[in-house]
Amino acid sequence: MTNDRKRSYVIFSIVLLVVLAILFLFPLYWIVTGSVKAKADILIKAGESVRWLPFTDISPTGENYAKLMKSTTELFTLNAFGYKITGPEIPMAMRWLFNSVFISVMAMLLSCITASLAGYVLAKKRFYGRAFIFTLFVCAMALPKQVILIPLLSLASTIGIANSPWAVICPVVGWPFGVFLMKQFSETIPTEMLEAARIDGAGEARTFWSVVMPLIKPGFGALAIFTFINAWNEYPLQLVMLTEQEQKTIALGIAALQSSDSTDYGLIMAGAALAAVPIIIIFLIFQKYFTQGITMGAVKG
Amino acid sequence: MSQSPVLRRRETVVSYLFLLPALFFFVGFVVTPMAMGIVTSFTDAHMGGSKFVFLDNYIKLFQDPVFLKSMLNTVIIVVVAVPVVTVFSLWVGSAIYEMRASARSFFRCVFYLPVVTGSVAVVVVWRWMFHTYNGLFNHVLVGAGILDKGFPFLGDTRTALACVILILFTTSIGQPIVLYVAALGNVDSSMVEAASVDGATRMQIFWKIKWPSIMPTTLYVVVITTINSFQCFALIQLLTSGGPDYATSTVMYYLYDTAFKQYQYGYADAMGVILAIVIALFSALQFKVMNGGTTE
Repeated sequence: MTNDRKRSYVIFSIVLLVVLAILFLFPLYWIVTGSVKAKADILIKAGESVRWLPFTDISPTGENYAKLMKSTTELFTLNAFGYKITGPEIPMAMRWLFNSVFISVMAMLLSCITASLAGYVLAKKRFYGRAFIFTLFVCAMALPKQVILIPLLSLASTIGIANSPWAVICPVVGWPFGVFLMKQFSETIPTEMLEAARIDGAGEARTFWSVVMPLIKPGFGALAIFTFINAWNEYPLQLVMLTEQEQKTIALGIAALQSSDSTDYGLIMAGAALAAVPIIIIFLIFQKYFTQGITMGAVKG
Repeated sequence: MSQSPVLRRRETVVSYLFLLPALFFFVGFVVTPMAMGIVTSFTDAHMGGSKFVFLDNYIKLFQDPVFLKSMLNTVIIVVVAVPVVTVFSLWVGSAIYEMRASARSFFRCVFYLPVVTGSVAVVVVWRWMFHTYNGLFNHVLVGAGILDKGFPFLGDTRTALACVILILFTTSIGQPIVLYVAALGNVDSSMVEAASVDGATRMQIFWKIKWPSIMPTTLYVVVITTINSFQCFALIQLLTSGGPDYATSTVMYYLYDTAFKQYQYGYADAMGVILAIVIALFSALQFKVMNGGTTE
């Protein structure tokens, strides 16, 4: 009796999980298959069956990607010492992708530096104002970050970084989650090791570099992947800050494709695939660190 | 271990040197804009200029039908999404926790994917699937004879908000599931075994042993889901632009629209302040209710 009930519960839960998993995976499948469908296959006419399966129903075509890559721009332009340096000509969509990568990588590097230094002293040092600063960080984390978009834009315009990648990078780095996460990792450093380093005559910088850094390595992994994905997907901030075509990220680029012709599904899906596939690959490679980051960041202390 | 004042002073100097880079970004790009937002909310800042109006924006907000409608929609989203996300993620977390490691990480990954791909990629494909004439859902429903012609899911005031909540759900449960799987791993397994030897049922084991030890995680999940649902914006901007007839306008969307389409910065900042206060109140209330629940 109980065994029967247990078995039917297990079967029920597996069925429900699989149904949910399909609900979650299907949009991705629909993006990727949609991106290789020819225009005639995309718009389903009444009475016809939906073209579900690749190769039998759909003959894959590259035309959507070709169209996505049609308009071109320079990879970058730099104005330095009166000379204008321009990069090689590339498709606009690749420029958007490059912008996304640049923003995410810079935010990731800066966050790792600032958060590991701050997290370490908050965890291991006793100094005046520590409680106040820590409370400030925690309170800021509980506030909705989108409500500061308007003042952030006027601030960015004032200091002249609006419409540049830094307008997205700086607020992402400023968000205190990373400090919090690295504080959690730094708590695990044995205080005796720090004291031993001091007795051996190591200065503060040296202690941090050769004792602390190796010990909080897993924290860097978690923080790096977390910040990378956060910056990549920080759509509201990107939307407000980056309005010039050349400065757009891939997310903004697809949104622009959708608003210019919302029925050119093949083109939009090709853009969505270009945005989703790289980040999914990065996520899958660094998945282990990612899970660790989410769980460590949650244990509030 | 007590420190001498001299040593402590030295530690303070060193600590602030280490904190300097983080504080630069935090004060510059989080604290300063927050303060600017609060100050601006007392002015009528717009394209042409700005003058101090004290509480006028706040008074006007509570007489603004669009704001009240947006507030109502926001509360509906929170009230529906938070329990659904919490219960589902707890259920999925417990179900996959008992599986083999490979199955567990497969499912965890699948439910996390919409978070990774980001709202834009998710929304453009859902918008297509919901489309009245070209969408998959309508095609299937008409093909199966359930509807005689395509239904405008996103264009109808009765269904648009439900579509928003469905997509919000798929982008929200990934993180709670990861948290629950980790929390269940910390439950004392010897107690679970002892209880099942003593003949406790699955339900009893869950409520008496597992539930108390995953309570802090539940609290955290509820709070972050509340904060995220209150801020629901990207989805709406891309899916419906707040329409039809403000049926899907949220406070955050209306704030964006007011500031970046109508350039009423002061008025929009007042909305931001109210939203922040409401979120803080909700979070505090949840802490109180759920902490009270555990001590009883």
